[in-house]
Amino acid sequence: MASRFDVRSQPGFGTVAMFTFVLLYLPIATLVAYAFNASESVTVWGGFSLRWFVEASQNAAVQDAAWRSFVIALSAATMATIAATMAAIATTRTAPYPGLSAKYAFINLPLMVPEIVTAVALLIVFSRVKVWTGYSGLGYLVVAHTAFCIPFAYLPIRARLEGMDASLERAAADLYATPWMAFRRVTLPLLRPGIIAGFMLAFVISLDDVVITEFVKSGGQDTLPTYMLGQIRRAVTPEVNAIATAFLALSILIVTAFFFINRKKS
Amino acid sequence: MAAPDRPQDKRNAIEAKGIVKEFGQGASALRALDNVSISIRENEFFTLLGPSGCGKTTLLRMIAGFEYPTEGAILLHGEDIASLPPFRRPINTVFQSYALFPHLSVWDNIAFGLQMLGRPRAEIDARVATMLKLVRMEELAKRRTDQISGGQAQRVALARALAPSPKVLLLDEPLSALDYKLRKEMQIELKRMQHETGITFVFVTHDQEEALTMSDRIAVMSKGRVLQVGSPWDIYDKPADRFVADFIGETNFLAASVIGFSEGLVRVRLSSGAEIAATLAEGARPGGDVTVVVRPEHARAVKEGGHLSGTVENVVYFGTDTHIHIRIPGGETFTVRQQNARAQSCGFAIGDAVGIDIAADAAQVLRD
Repeated sequence: MASRFDVRSQPGFGTVAMFTFVLLYLPIATLVAYAFNASESVTVWGGFSLRWFVEASQNAAVQDAAWRSFVIALSAATMATIAATMAAIATTRTAPYPGLSAKYAFINLPLMVPEIVTAVALLIVFSRVKVWTGYSGLGYLVVAHTAFCIPFAYLPIRARLEGMDASLERAAADLYATPWMAFRRVTLPLLRPGIIAGFMLAFVISLDDVVITEFVKSGGQDTLPTYMLGQIRRAVTPEVNAIATAFLALSILIVTAFFFINRKKS
Repeated sequence: MAAPDRPQDKRNAIEAKGIVKEFGQGASALRALDNVSISIRENEFFTLLGPSGCGKTTLLRMIAGFEYPTEGAILLHGEDIASLPPFRRPINTVFQSYALFPHLSVWDNIAFGLQMLGRPRAEIDARVATMLKLVRMEELAKRRTDQISGGQAQRVALARALAPSPKVLLLDEPLSALDYKLRKEMQIELKRMQHETGITFVFVTHDQEEALTMSDRIAVMSKGRVLQVGSPWDIYDKPADRFVADFIGETNFLAASVIGFSEGLVRVRLSSGAEIAATLAEGARPGGDVTVVVRPEHARAVKEGGHLSGTVENVVYFGTDTHIHIRIPGGETFTVRQQNARAQSCGFAIGDAVGIDIAADAAQVLRD
């Protein structure tokens, strides 16, 4: 009896799967559809139009928030990737020692700590720092984003390093390459796909963040997600749908690129 | 050390002095090398031979600079290099896995060492061309290293390690991944390259046949110790102890007792009461009960007489020769190897009574 059991044909499996798909994707499909609505409503269809895309792209506040999101994501992803690369090398190119797994956990802690906890903690610390330094620029957001992006950049880079034959680096050293030259000429070129993947993952995660950004940002520092959140609290127009749709398209683009880069090299 | 087969005035390329290597610390420390001392002469094809886990690779990695000795010194042409990092040692390695750089072409792989040394462009071009020619890979210079076969990868690895003209070339079981025929070819190639370049080769293998056919001298290792150093002839014909005798080729072990000396040889009495002359392994105790070794091809099966007698237990035909397994009183089996004559059987069948005639000077008394 047990040997006849087929995991693919359990009763109710199909129904559950259908419900899951519908519940996951129908709202998104609706959101995307209404981005092309000609009317002012997000629920009543008034014909096809690109009007809200045009309006969103001409809205100074949207432009401002989009640019800010981009700057923060680019800086945070860059810094996170550099830190993650160094951490990945330090934790893989070493003989195992007591405390190494504690280090793994420590690096990946941001994945486990509830975002709201990090958000409140950063709010408290940064508000003190703001008082002491008088600085209230984008730096706080960049630092906060870098912090929670590091594990996302770290994981693909570490995976790549672990899959790499360590004797290649030994061969470089054997052939008169100093540690720095061995890194530049052998480790880095071979690590590139992992680094690009880590960077893109960090970039998307930063772009998408609401909770921490909402807590840390000063007045007038809306990113695209927090701007949208603010808009929804007021009168909702399909402009929000249009922004969300553009966002979705961008995310899909980046994740697809991520997928292809990873596949090509493995 | 075993008898030198070359003039002693040759300079030593590598000298390992009292090398101890321990992995781990305290009571749980694992002793991978236990007071190893070896001298490798210039232009020599020197082989470290032993079963896996005997410490041969650890010793090689220490010469390369990937491991540091817990105790002892490693000298290169008389200079202590034990504390130098690998990239400061004029020693190159052919890795077991080849470790070719997958993102570089064959040409760039071979040029890597010279580029790191900062050699001028023209010199690098010329040297890489010479190396490609040496390993017969001229047509594949532009290929990526994942587009070549195992045998070709092996040649590129060799060319890459030889290109910077190292003082010593280390080879870590480089032929183990090749199939039988290719391995035979590469053994000859390696000897040719060593001859043409005049570089000292230090070769690590667990394959005794490979060691015997390629080496000028062999160090047999077991459990972190060097048991015997000598020419292939020394190692095969005059094994120092039971491990060496057993590890290299097939051997018969006989219990015997020493009864006297004559002309540099020991006279021993075998269990049958027969007396034979035997050579004495270095460090062997020349008295009391000893173990004597005789190679199967140094004994003959005879119908009558002989030093030992027994009954034929098995006859195994090998084409070029026949092995006759003979049960002798005391429960041991003695193997005799006889060359086959054309269209003629060995003349013995299972169950026959048979005598064993041991050739003069064929026996050696082992060190315990």
